[in-house]
Amino acid sequence: MKDEYDIVVVGAGPAGSMAARYAAEQGISVLMLEKDREVGYPVRCGEAISKAGIEEFIPINEKWISATINKFALISPDGSEAVVEYGDAFVLERKLFDYELAKTAAAKGAVILTKAYVNGLLFDGDKVAGVKYEFRGEQKEVKAKVVIAADGVESRVGRWAGLRTHTDFRDMECCMQVTVSNINIDPGTLYFYFGGNVAPNGYLWVFPKSGGCANIGLGVSGMIGKKKSALSYLNDFLDKKFPDAPILTCIAGGVPSIPTLKQISAPGIMIAGDAARQVNPLSGGGIASGMIGGSIAGRVAAESVKLNKPEHVFSYDVEWNNRLGKRHETFNRIKNGIYNFSDDKFNNIAASFLKIPENKRTLKSLFTVALFNNPSLLIDIAKVFI
Amino acid sequence: MYRQAKTGILLIDINSDKCDLCGCCVGICPEDAIELKESEISIIDERCTNCSKCIWSCPIEAIKFNKEGVQA
Repeated sequence: MKDEYDIVVVGAGPAGSMAARYAAEQGISVLMLEKDREVGYPVRCGEAISKAGIEEFIPINEKWISATINKFALISPDGSEAVVEYGDAFVLERKLFDYELAKTAAAKGAVILTKAYVNGLLFDGDKVAGVKYEFRGEQKEVKAKVVIAADGVESRVGRWAGLRTHTDFRDMECCMQVTVSNINIDPGTLYFYFGGNVAPNGYLWVFPKSGGCANIGLGVSGMIGKKKSALSYLNDFLDKKFPDAPILTCIAGGVPSIPTLKQISAPGIMIAGDAARQVNPLSGGGIASGMIGGSIAGRVAAESVKLNKPEHVFSYDVEWNNRLGKRHETFNRIKNGIYNFSDDKFNNIAASFLKIPENKRTLKSLFTVALFNNPSLLIDIAKVFI
Repeated sequence: MYRQAKTGILLIDINSDKCDLCGCCVGICPEDAIELKESEISIIDERCTNCSKCIWSCPIEAIKFNKEGVQA
């Protein structure tokens, strides 16, 4: 264990591991610190991801694939099911997946330390110059040329560098999820339930996993949570739909459902993943975008070290915005349109959609139907497909 | 500080038996007043303003307003 590294990454989730890997592969020294005793655990995630989102970073391996998806089912408040064919998606076994991602970072030379809780930053003037952390009851310090904060939804590291990274309570999707066994659903379909009674301003998901299991979860914004908690909404749904399903895990979590922070780099520090809100605000999906954010951060940080140009880290903001940041802003506008739909509107959309011949029902035709009900969304949705 | 002037005492109560350590409250806290370790959560008394946003954003109903006051 050295007391100085070129780059220190805080957090060993998908964003942290990719940051560590893309930095280490350029031959500089990298240390990744994880507060929990084990990489990948506990899992706080619905675990669905597109094939393309994985393949950019790691070859598909059955070991951490829990279900292969070929359909989406969108269920409106009156119970009608709009089913669309949609291949090329998976439900992961995140615990194993995160582990493999961390191993790819280690394979490039990154040093990993678990049970290391970062509780402060070191400064050189205004520039971040390392981190303070607690390890097995001892307070320690490690210097770094660049710190990459991939410390998740509970991120505090960015704040210590003077960035206002906290999420407004109205923009936080506060989530509860259970993993249940022995339920009767199609093992290749992702189910999304909409409606004010199920998941106001959001959706409830039922994602299949191997062996007749499924992740059932939902998120509500802090604004809704003021009146009724995510736990209470989830219990209502389970009582109604799966009253006897054995519950294998029950977990809480938060998804920052807004576009990326305005500033994700500052002298000596970069922020990646959930900590930077690199989350698709429409779906709440953050695995793939976190990996993309982390990989850009890691590469740019390493370039900055090799060029000996500290100001190079600021180019991370531009690269991220061009890759996904701007797209997320569009998704956010669509989300704001859709999440304000009334139950009647969801029902009307489903009814119109079910009139389309079965072989012509696609995600695109579903959006087209949604547009008839809300033409102002047209411009934003057009941007997604162009 | 605002809270100290207004009420003097901490009124936000995290029930550690219910808490799942998910970090929602840490992410929304405008004052950086919540500390989350691997298996331990606590409020930083001198920073908390009793604003209650953590109560509203807790998915699992582990945070309550305790008007009697809380020992941090």
